[in-house]
Amino acid sequence: MTPNGWLQIAVFFLLVLATAKPLGALMARVFAGERTWLDPALGPVERGLYRAAGVDPAREQGWLGYTMAMLAFNALGFASLYAILRLQHLLPWNPQGLPALSPHLAFNTAVSFTTNTNWQSYGGETTMSYFSQMVGLTFHNFVSAATGIALAIALVRAFARSSAQTVGNFWVDLTRATLYVLLPLSLVVALVLVALGMPQTLGAYVDAVTVEGAKQSIAVGPVASQVAIKQLGTNGGGFFNVNSAHPFENPTIWTNLVQSWAILALAAALAWTFGQMVGDRRQGWAVLAVMGVILVGATGVAYWAEAGGNPILAAQGVDQAAIALQSGGNMEGKEVRFGVAQSAIWAAATTGASNGSVNSMHNSYMPLGGLVPLVLIQLGEIVPGGVGSGLYGMLVMIVIAVFVAGLMVGRTPEYLGKKIEAREVKMAMLAVLILPFCILGFTAIAAALPGPQEGLANAGARGFTEMLYAFSSATGNNGSAYAGLTANTPFWNTTLGIAMLLGRFAYIVPVMAIAGSMAGKVRVPTSSGTFPTHGPLFIGLVVGVILILGGLQFFPALALGPVVEHFQMLAGRTF
Amino acid sequence: MKAQAISLFDAAILKEAAVAAVRKLDPRTLVRNPVIFVTEVVAALATAVLVRDLLAGPSGAGGSHAFTGQIAAWLWFTVLLANFAEAVAEGRGKAQAATLRRTRTDTKAKRLLHEGTDIFEPVPARELQKGDLVLVEAGDVIPADGEVFMGVASVNESAITGESAPVIREAGGDRSAVTGGTTVLSDWIRVRITATSGSSFLDRMIALVEGAQRQKTPNELALNVLLAGMTLIFLIAVVTLWSMAAYAKTELSVPVLVALLVTLIPTTIGGLLSAIGIAGMDRLVTFNVLAMSGRAVEAAGDVDTLLLDKTGTITYGNRMATELLPVPGVSREELARAALLSSLADETPEGRSIVALVAERTGIAAPDLAGRQAKFVPFSAQTRISGVDLDGTPIRKGAVDAILATASDTPPNEFRAAVERIARTGGTPLAVAQGGRLLGAIHLKDVVKPGIKGRFEALRRMGIRTVMVTGDNPVTAAAIAGEAGVDDFIAEATPEHKLRYIRARQDEGRLIAMCGDGTNDAPALAQADVGVAMQTGTQAAREAGNMVDLDSNPTKLIEVVEIGKQLLMTRGALTTFSIANDVAKYFAIIPALFVASLPELGALNVMGLASPQSAILSAVIFNALIIVALIPLALRGVAFRPASAASVLRRNLLVYGVGGVVLPFVGIKLVDLALVALGLA
Repeated sequence: MTPNGWLQIAVFFLLVLATAKPLGALMARVFAGERTWLDPALGPVERGLYRAAGVDPAREQGWLGYTMAMLAFNALGFASLYAILRLQHLLPWNPQGLPALSPHLAFNTAVSFTTNTNWQSYGGETTMSYFSQMVGLTFHNFVSAATGIALAIALVRAFARSSAQTVGNFWVDLTRATLYVLLPLSLVVALVLVALGMPQTLGAYVDAVTVEGAKQSIAVGPVASQVAIKQLGTNGGGFFNVNSAHPFENPTIWTNLVQSWAILALAAALAWTFGQMVGDRRQGWAVLAVMGVILVGATGVAYWAEAGGNPILAAQGVDQAAIALQSGGNMEGKEVRFGVAQSAIWAAATTGASNGSVNSMHNSYMPLGGLVPLVLIQLGEIVPGGVGSGLYGMLVMIVIAVFVAGLMVGRTPEYLGKKIEAREVKMAMLAVLILPFCILGFTAIAAALPGPQEGLANAGARGFTEMLYAFSSATGNNGSAYAGLTANTPFWNTTLGIAMLLGRFAYIVPVMAIAGSMAGKVRVPTSSGTFPTHGPLFIGLVVGVILILGGLQFFPALALGPVVEHFQMLAGRTF
Repeated sequence: MKAQAISLFDAAILKEAAVAAVRKLDPRTLVRNPVIFVTEVVAALATAVLVRDLLAGPSGAGGSHAFTGQIAAWLWFTVLLANFAEAVAEGRGKAQAATLRRTRTDTKAKRLLHEGTDIFEPVPARELQKGDLVLVEAGDVIPADGEVFMGVASVNESAITGESAPVIREAGGDRSAVTGGTTVLSDWIRVRITATSGSSFLDRMIALVEGAQRQKTPNELALNVLLAGMTLIFLIAVVTLWSMAAYAKTELSVPVLVALLVTLIPTTIGGLLSAIGIAGMDRLVTFNVLAMSGRAVEAAGDVDTLLLDKTGTITYGNRMATELLPVPGVSREELARAALLSSLADETPEGRSIVALVAERTGIAAPDLAGRQAKFVPFSAQTRISGVDLDGTPIRKGAVDAILATASDTPPNEFRAAVERIARTGGTPLAVAQGGRLLGAIHLKDVVKPGIKGRFEALRRMGIRTVMVTGDNPVTAAAIAGEAGVDDFIAEATPEHKLRYIRARQDEGRLIAMCGDGTNDAPALAQADVGVAMQTGTQAAREAGNMVDLDSNPTKLIEVVEIGKQLLMTRGALTTFSIANDVAKYFAIIPALFVASLPELGALNVMGLASPQSAILSAVIFNALIIVALIPLALRGVAFRPASAASVLRRNLLVYGVGGVVLPFVGIKLVDLALVALGLA
């Protein structure tokens, strides 16, 4: 660990913090239906889309109507992406003549991009045509993110309103999230990335002759545009197989900074939007603080674990100290141009948000360093989580935290003046049950069957962690892999696909049911009898509930994975 | 019955509860409590495994039979302790109810054949139907709840209220309701029965305190969902662990998995939840307040506005002399002496308060009038004057205009100013004259009870607004409101006015508590979220409210709110404690589970527990014993102090959250030491 490393971490988080308010304010205006400076250009497009689709933007939906619209839209999106992938060889923009995807891979990939997971059982440059990337995948990069934002906004409205029947119009929220938030921001970020040296072309791969005279095909493509939305929309699906560790997908420290900022930018800003929309900005800051405390802490742990290096190597006299000529620490699987601090930042950010892109290989981390991304996913992808999904996931945890703690002050617990009663608790529990059900359930199945384990790269605890990580990543809609698992098999593609579907939609429906019942409640005026849901006490409470509840569910599994591996490493045991 | 606080460890109750705990093992009743039901199921599972192992042959060197046997025994014990907690709470309720029931011995009723006749037939009280007419004469026990439609009688209601002074019950008006089980002392009344046997007021009270008719309250339901959800989560965690452990080349046996499960699921709160609810009702009963449902007790905790009648609640309700204001040229002593003399024979509270004030302020005692010629003039509504003719000199006090009419001189300006000031601040001025000469004024006012202002301040810190309801004019009301420190007042209040006020506040999302006694209070009582009817009130009022105060003391509204809050706090505190406990249990059990195949996990054994068996047993035993240890807390409720929600939360989080994480580390270690010392593991 070096002061320089800590400084990098500090600069990064301050940057995210600095943009939370302006971006949050923009989204608050967009979803309140107010005019923004983009209106003159995009207003006609927006109205045209509504006319074409036959949507009356003024008609709001109840929670059920909203949810059904969202499900229908996603079902259609899934079906069309599946079709594109299966018919890839017949479709244009395929200069490499790549073949169609197998049914299970197409299923897995279509689910993956519809659910904002972007788990990739394939390598992009060897599997996907430009058409599949740009039309199939990029489309979902936008709308799956917009879906998440829309749902979060619907839930926020439910808290903000009093005795309301409706929570908004899904089509309007979806359209406005895409047009006014994701598209313009992606455009700006893509241009910045191009300026910083990232390729953006529809041309074929470049054939080069190396110094030794060998022929090499260098993959290029419309990278910058894909990468911008992949990060802003917390999608994470890489253009290239090694994702943002690839020199074209992440050429310099500056593109690295822009990308890691983009991973957190919107999810963090949505917390501010939340405060603004419920009419009390302190509430938004409190939510952001909860996210920040956990994420910064996790980054610190990852940095500490990685910068410390490997004691087994140290025992053999390997110099892992940070000096001018080497970054020191555990550099396996990390890019030299980024170093330990930037890798730790990215690992925490990409798993704290349900992004899943990587600039280093998590499977090469020290046991405790690898524990950090795993735990961040298992906490439910809420610090700050995926765009939208992070906020609604966090609000579910807050509902649970407030329920338990609120009782302790001697009142029916309430959050933002809304009473939390049996129905909300039931729905919140239904939602959070999905995580252990899918993560632990599928991992147990995979651990019990001989077949799935053939895809593991490592023996012992690390192999177990690869399975646990895969299902955590899928259920949390993260998409990153503890690389090492060869997942392009019918078992893995199917089970991971189911985990992604449940993790997304089986979670959303109860959340929207909460929105429905919250919207209908009267907002009780706060008094000194209700405990303030901002301020350090509340922040500490929610952080505690998230860590204890999340930790208790997964501790036994983690003990068999990274925890035991850590102690085995200390004992000098190898596999 | 005067409900008494029953000792926490009443031997008879504990004995009965121990028996009931076994009876409650019936899974059909236990299924209502998901956490304890799961515990019972896995206890049965562990027992089955034990039986299978025993049949398979003697255990190996590790003594695994003994271990499995101990685990199974402690799991059953956990279920029994949870049942025991509930049974103790119920037993305490039953003890209260038994006292009530004694009044319901088989009374005979004199059923009238029809209205307007004296002819009756004797029937057993329990056969009475709603609408029956009965005659109750001196010495009779009133057979059932009803409404007096003819006659007037004095009734001893001590069976219900514990108040021995008889009360008057008469047809019409606000004092027409009678309660079954009370006794007519003098005269007779004819009563129309309003409740059939089994559904009478007393029956409902008994059923409620016994816990027989207990339905889960909304908050209990919500908490149950949370606990069931947590149980399911840990069920998943434990079941999946079997396969994961197998991957790590460890075979986990059923007893250890079962032990892990039971220590993780929230058995502490699961076992104590219903006891907490029953104890809450019970605490109300010891305050002589009966809730008609558990829901009402919970709602009391949520109340944020109290509607309090001025008279009797905030003030003593009768005007008392507080000041003597002589006119210029008259000494205070002279005025005091005249005021005293004129009030000597005045038996009204006002008159007595003047005597008391003079004695207190000037030390003048009542003069000995023996041997003097004294003719007392009693107060009459016509003259509005009372006094005495002492040795021929008329000494009078009374309404200002009435005295002025008898006085010879015109009153000085100072006197007029004083009288105006008294009237303006809500008081009543009296004038005193001696021999036609005006001496001064007496300030009578409704005195705010001492300490009430402090209580209102405490309520405000808890976020509860107080609203004074009075029939006084706005000026008077404002003065008293200011003195008492209420947040708001309704002056010249009519029942409709109250109802409107309640509705308006409720539309703002507030929860209102009020108390009332008259029939015209019934709509407001029904509308309020917590309506406390006075036992002395009418049947209509008692039906409309969701609580009845046996002492008819409106101040108790405040205690009712506190008890409601305490109930919810106890639930929250024990839930937090229960969940926080799990951290230590993991550190005890996880390293023990994997010690053979993954010895490196021994690093997690931070408590330094002796052996894997002792570690697992210690966690299970701690988990069972903590239920017993917390029974007194569940029954008594967590300490309540009026403070802002933020400071209450901070304190309870520290005690039950942080304490809940730390305590089991110590507890499990101690159990482990004991087990090793006893050679049990």
